[in-house]
Amino acid sequence: MNQVSMTSMQRVLTTLGHREPDRVPLFLLLTLHGAKELGLSIKSYFSKPEHVVEGQIRLLAKYRNDCLYSFFYAPVEIEAFGGEVIFMDDGPPNSGEPVIKTHQDIRNLTMPDVENTPCLARVLAATRGLKDRVRDQVPIIGVVMSPFSLPVMQMGFDRYLDLMFEQPDLFRHLMKINQAFCVQWANAQLAAGATAICYFDPVSSTTITTRKMYLKTGFEVACQTLAQINGPTATHMASGRCLPILQDIADTGTAAVGVSCLEDIRAVKAACKNKLTVIGNLNGIEMRRWSGEQAESHVRDLIGKAGVGGGFILSDNHGEIPFQVPDEVLMAISDSVHRWGKYPLPTGISGKE
Amino acid sequence: MDRRDKMLTAFKHALLDVDRLAARQVMEQRDRDMRPIQFAEKVVLPVLEQIGAGWQDGTLALSQVYMAGRICEELIDEMLPPADPSRKNQPKMAVCMLEDHHTLGKGMVYAVLRAGGFDLLDYGVVGVDDLVKRVETDRVTVLLISVLMLPSALKIKSVRQKLIDLGCDVTLIVGGAPFRFDDQLWQAVGADILCENASDVVPAIEKLMEEKK
Repeated sequence: MNQVSMTSMQRVLTTLGHREPDRVPLFLLLTLHGAKELGLSIKSYFSKPEHVVEGQIRLLAKYRNDCLYSFFYAPVEIEAFGGEVIFMDDGPPNSGEPVIKTHQDIRNLTMPDVENTPCLARVLAATRGLKDRVRDQVPIIGVVMSPFSLPVMQMGFDRYLDLMFEQPDLFRHLMKINQAFCVQWANAQLAAGATAICYFDPVSSTTITTRKMYLKTGFEVACQTLAQINGPTATHMASGRCLPILQDIADTGTAAVGVSCLEDIRAVKAACKNKLTVIGNLNGIEMRRWSGEQAESHVRDLIGKAGVGGGFILSDNHGEIPFQVPDEVLMAISDSVHRWGKYPLPTGISGKE
Repeated sequence: MDRRDKMLTAFKHALLDVDRLAARQVMEQRDRDMRPIQFAEKVVLPVLEQIGAGWQDGTLALSQVYMAGRICEELIDEMLPPADPSRKNQPKMAVCMLEDHHTLGKGMVYAVLRAGGFDLLDYGVVGVDDLVKRVETDRVTVLLISVLMLPSALKIKSVRQKLIDLGCDVTLIVGGAPFRFDDQLWQAVGADILCENASDVVPAIEKLMEEKK
């Protein structure tokens, strides 16, 4: 039985329970657009937690979104490890020169103190600020990089693959440090008010790693890490493919999975049935040149293929919408979810007779 | 299965298993009259192309493509050192990342080209102005740009414009994640050729060389 109007929290919890809420929940995973709302540069926006709180609250209202995203930028964890973050005017901050340049650097690596590292403290302050504003009405999504995927930024992708294949002992040592940090970082965000943690793990995707390798590495790391996080998690593949490992991902104990637009959403939804809620999978890169009609068509098609029965949150496929995506497209996506996503889904859209 | 097919299959398995010794064995057991550059052309490149295609259709992983490229680069570098006269007579080429420190894609392109007997300059991570200046100074005629982030991809448009302003006749070959998610992006940024994976680069350059004959 669907209620007439649920809060975002009720809507999301219902779909996570693999039941149909009042409508398909919408997770517009916006970070940089908050700066645009406040008329600030991206660097200035992320310099104060108050900016992020205000930006997220404005975006929530503007797009009738179903979540708040306390995520600042991926290299915030690299910054915490002493690395460089390069801010740009038109895109997400990028990690600079790797912090790990030699094998000895791995042996010497120490875990940042989560509460006393300024860049992490800003994220925690923003999370607390968001919680004060919405209490339990809207889920707040915190973010961690998986211990298995973080080394791409810590040491560079190529050197990390070399390490994984050629230095198993050092790889395990790095995982141990990253795991301890990840657990502490996730739990600090939960304590600050995050409702759930998005565990970004693109290196585990079959785009990057074979299933055989995943089971020996990313899967083990995820099982151990997620078990120590004191709240619900969603694993996100950040555009990577994961259809062949969906059962394995479910076995890590996560509740949801962010999937790629490169995969058939019907097949993904079928494989996830009653095990994982599917988050996705609009193409964020292409989105920047969509018309309003195209946005509506993509949303309608996606809801038709993945919406039935709940267990589905409409979102982009990367976990962060590019700065270049215009407000009109975001508005068209939101309007379309509100129009076509009401349960029971309209006849025709869901393929029902 | 003839001898060459067996060789290709054995080499592919060795690469996918990240088995350097087995890959070397295939190389060492080739026919006596097969010169190193022929091994690169007839065995290494076709296998790397198959592996690249496997990644594109989702059956193989990027880690396999990367390790395969690295093993091949090591083998070919040993047989054909950088200044070896048997290396190809080719256009002046350079590869780079544009304001992006994710260097995996660039490394893979570099490895595949060198494994195929080509030489090229590696500019590493560069900004737009620095890149344009180096291309002009080095008289590069084929520029390969690999990107991971969308903003970097969009900056290629500025590279193209500045090269035109300087009167540099450069073929711009691009590749990387943003182009895989938007099939119109490469044209929108003014590139001449899109390579969807690293091993597409060699046939693209061979075609260019053929056209310029």
